Amino acid sequence: MTCDEAEVMLHALIDDELDAGHARDVEAHAAHCARCASQLAAYRELRHSLRGGHLRYVAPPSLRRSIDRAVPSPVMASRRTLLKGFAAGSLVSAAAAASVAFVIVREDRDQRILGEAISAHLRSLQADHLTDVLSSDQHTVKPWFNGRIDLAPPVIDLTGRGFTLVGGRLDFIDGKPVAAIVYRRRVHVINLFVAQGLGPALPAPRIETVQGFNIRRWSEQGLNLLAVSDLNSEELEEFGTKFEEATRAARAG
Amino acid sequence: MAYEGGGDSGKAERFRSAALPYLDDVYTLARYLLRNTADAEDAAQECYLRAFRHFETFRGGPVKPWLLAILRNVCRAEYARRGAVAGMLDSLTDAEQAVDGLWNEGGQSPETETLQRLDSEVMQRLITQLPDTFREAIVLREINDLSYREIADVTGAPVGTVMSRLARARALLRAAWLAEEKRP
Repeated sequence: MTCDEAEVMLHALIDDELDAGHARDVEAHAAHCARCASQLAAYRELRHSLRGGHLRYVAPPSLRRSIDRAVPSPVMASRRTLLKGFAAGSLVSAAAAASVAFVIVREDRDQRILGEAISAHLRSLQADHLTDVLSSDQHTVKPWFNGRIDLAPPVIDLTGRGFTLVGGRLDFIDGKPVAAIVYRRRVHVINLFVAQGLGPALPAPRIETVQGFNIRRWSEQGLNLLAVSDLNSEELEEFGTKFEEATRAARAG
Repeated sequence: MAYEGGGDSGKAERFRSAALPYLDDVYTLARYLLRNTADAEDAAQECYLRAFRHFETFRGGPVKPWLLAILRNVCRAEYARRGAVAGMLDSLTDAEQAVDGLWNEGGQSPETETLQRLDSEVMQRLITQLPDTFREAIVLREINDLSYREIADVTGAPVGTVMSRLARARALLRAAWLAEEKRP
């Protein structure tokens, strides 16, 4: 490991974000490099002085009250608070407990969805089953999904923007039918999977690399979209951005 | 499913128990991003109103990063309102390039110096003076206690970018700390 690599990685080390192998690599480097060792010590010290909660601000009680007032109260809460107190308490903690389980399950499911999206992408390339409907016309591809899946996937022709619409097919991810819309850029295929409830609703698009493929995920209009490709992440981001722009423009017009 | 059913009052109660415990986190990030108390209170309030409106479409996952992502959007709107879009969160590349030199100097500063413990207010001021991108990264990591993955989700940046922003944020903050100690 070089000093340049270590210099960034040591932050991941002190943040406890490295796997055991990489953590050992950074520590081994620091053991023989005085400069990186002193950096590591300096940033640990800095980190220590930032943690512990003393740099947090406490929301003023007036803010807490005004938010609390803005959220509707349960019906009859004012009259029957005492009677309902116990029941409401147990209801809330049950909901909280359920949401914790929900979160844990969701995390696992998230990874499974990514894995299955990659598999579906690979299947589409290998089995000569890229498209059920082969057309570069969005007005042919979009209606093809009618009756095959109970959502209307956004099918947008991006040919003028550097991504050619090739067609569509029905696929399955997480045991659910999903619409797969296929685009090409040069020799690279992009499978855009569209479904409801395919992972969490994302506040912002997310790009990640899984098994060497890039996946861009985003949400719009209650749908989850996953674009999978061997394109580099910049071009896949470009695809996603253009797709989002075009769907927004289509909705507005 | 935890977030389904129960009617409007059930929804409000679920929202309260899920989201209100993070009010200090939301308010803290708002204070650091907007750098003033009144705007931070407005932004936190707006964040909770938006979050409540969208709570039905929230499909699980940790609540804190979801709230902070909403807050960040509110703050960006506030930046735009202030007419200060240039130099704010949108021009990340420029901001990152602008501190390149400073960062490198920070890397060459004597590492053997031991930093004196600064009091909280001074440290808060030093953090507040960091450029937007780096201030946001370090507050989300050290004060809101998010993981790299969660910071990436909140800011819409890849994890690698989060890591390099944190590295720079710490280098800048350390340099500012050393400078603070040398002040008469």
